[in-house]
Amino acid sequence: MAAPPSTAHVKRPIKQLYTPDNVASTDYARDLGDPGQFPYTRGIHATGYRGKLWTMRQFAGFGTPEETNERYRRLLDAGGTGLSVAFDLPTLMGRDPDHPLSLGEVGKCGVNVTSLADMEVLFAGIDLGAITTSMTINGPASMIFAMYLALAEQRGTDWTALSGTIQNDILKEFIAQKEFIYPPAPSMRLVTDVFAFCTEHVPRWNTISVSGYHIREAGATAAQELAFTLRDGIEYVQYGVNAGLDVDAFAPRISFFFNSHSDFFEEIAKFRAARRIWARVMCDRFKARSPKSWQLRFHAQTAGVSLTAQQPYNNVVRTALQALAAVLGGTQSLHTNALDEALALPTEEAATLALRTQQIIAHETGVTDLTDPLGGSYYLESLTRQLEDEALAYFQRIDDMGGMVAAIERGYPQREIAESAYRAQQAIEAREQIIVGVNDFVESGGEAVGTLYIDEAAGEQQLARLASLRATRNAAEVRRTLAALEEGARSGANTMPLLLDAARAYATIGEMCDSLRAVWGEYVETPMI
Amino acid sequence: MRQKIRVVIAKPGLDGHDRGAKVIARALRDAGMEVIYTGLRQTPEQIVGAALQEDADVIGLSILSGAHMHICPRVMELLREKGLTDVLVVVGGIIPDADVPRLNAVGVRGIFQPGTPMQEIVDFINRHARSRVGTL
Repeated sequence: MAAPPSTAHVKRPIKQLYTPDNVASTDYARDLGDPGQFPYTRGIHATGYRGKLWTMRQFAGFGTPEETNERYRRLLDAGGTGLSVAFDLPTLMGRDPDHPLSLGEVGKCGVNVTSLADMEVLFAGIDLGAITTSMTINGPASMIFAMYLALAEQRGTDWTALSGTIQNDILKEFIAQKEFIYPPAPSMRLVTDVFAFCTEHVPRWNTISVSGYHIREAGATAAQELAFTLRDGIEYVQYGVNAGLDVDAFAPRISFFFNSHSDFFEEIAKFRAARRIWARVMCDRFKARSPKSWQLRFHAQTAGVSLTAQQPYNNVVRTALQALAAVLGGTQSLHTNALDEALALPTEEAATLALRTQQIIAHETGVTDLTDPLGGSYYLESLTRQLEDEALAYFQRIDDMGGMVAAIERGYPQREIAESAYRAQQAIEAREQIIVGVNDFVESGGEAVGTLYIDEAAGEQQLARLASLRATRNAAEVRRTLAALEEGARSGANTMPLLLDAARAYATIGEMCDSLRAVWGEYVETPMI
Repeated sequence: MRQKIRVVIAKPGLDGHDRGAKVIARALRDAGMEVIYTGLRQTPEQIVGAALQEDADVIGLSILSGAHMHICPRVMELLREKGLTDVLVVVGGIIPDADVPRLNAVGVRGIFQPGTPMQEIVDFINRHARSRVGTL
């Protein structure tokens, strides 16, 4: 069966004026509700940001665990309230630094973490029970999480005191970011193993961050980001239920991660629509009874793809406006991009300015004084409804294909996104979409900003540390735990306790992933233009 | 009559961010070129192998991860070994200014940094790809 035609568009038609007629079908109690009331369109907390500000969580990681640990301590000293780990590509792909594919990549796009030994250095001097940690890791999410749990255990921090998030969202890897390792079926098993394990042992941990961020960065429109992300969420809940879990036992630990892009009102509407859709899906489709299962909590990050290499200081302004949209949309947590990120990973000065942008919104603008201050706007409510309708139409198409895994296997969301990306680029070149400093208001020469340059030292250090680890750890224990992991993967046991044993023995991420590659193989995407 | 320019677009390294590779592949195809997209995580050996097999006039590499100073020299070395010295090699992605002359020095002729219009890349390839007049 051929996929339905693309509904991608760059910009929806907007009326010149919105009036009560445009919201006539919206019923306050049914469709909006007060903040803290079903369906949570206006927010999940009655007290909004008066009760608690969002978490200012700046994604960071580069080079060696030592260098990144230093950056984390500075961010916490500067008033950051949570950590967010950016891993390098070898770590994200489950490869050790001495694998041929890791050549030139160690420590470049994030920090390299190969074993528990690196995790010990990464969090040196940071109390795991006192902070919340978000880890952007997907293919090898459970391996990295096992190392984090082993570190807490080693320090005597009870797992029940741990709070944070692993991204663990493999579906959006197949759809957009493409950092997958195994085929979809065993990948989904790893995810549900984490759900089951955490429900029992790490109850405050967010087991997944269902992510639209990367889907949007890959080119999706706001409606596509909303639709594919929430439909991914539905798929995870369905797999959890199919694995025998009680929906109200694991659904409250599912969190979301959205992009906050440049079209100000569309973004705010997107966040509000997401809460309403999720509440209804959990209530009606999955019959969840706990309000915690109905409430969509999310992290937001400003749009990396909107940053320009030209006139980089303009990026500060873009980021501030995008961050404001996320706050007006009721985000629980926020990352603001730094001005130099179209060019490189951010310098410390640029990263600090990005954090200051959030602090100014939080403490100087007054937007935190009330909840959903734009609720009731004819335009915003109409737009919220439109985005909801567009997302529900996508749900129907994906349901008709047999679910998101089936849709991914046929390349449907991938094609929709590629189509939108191409149209967006054409709109820029035709100057239908103006990007200041790029296709209008251009300056020759331009301002130079100093950027962070990652040299090869990180790679060399991590190679040396790995060689020393292999020479000094208990090799028999490593072999035993890896054999048990492989056996467990074949037998259908929960992989988390087995990964924990391997992490405690200082097995490396490459070794753990290879044990499972031996059972499940690797996923290879069919190239499509 | 000039034959269609044949372009291999490749994503080397571990990075999976393929938005740019796919957009430029479509733009080149819409501009009348024959485009072969290799897909993700190609080694330099695989890329040069694809160029040889496809009789490519151009190799376009999309690299955002910072690994370009490892990947590009290796691709150029392999092209020389295979005698494919007239294949035009271009790179797009996050390439710091400091690395531009270093890439030129190893033989990468077109380097396209963030914000480059698609048309500029199309024009560059049309100007610099080897002539195929009468070569069939």
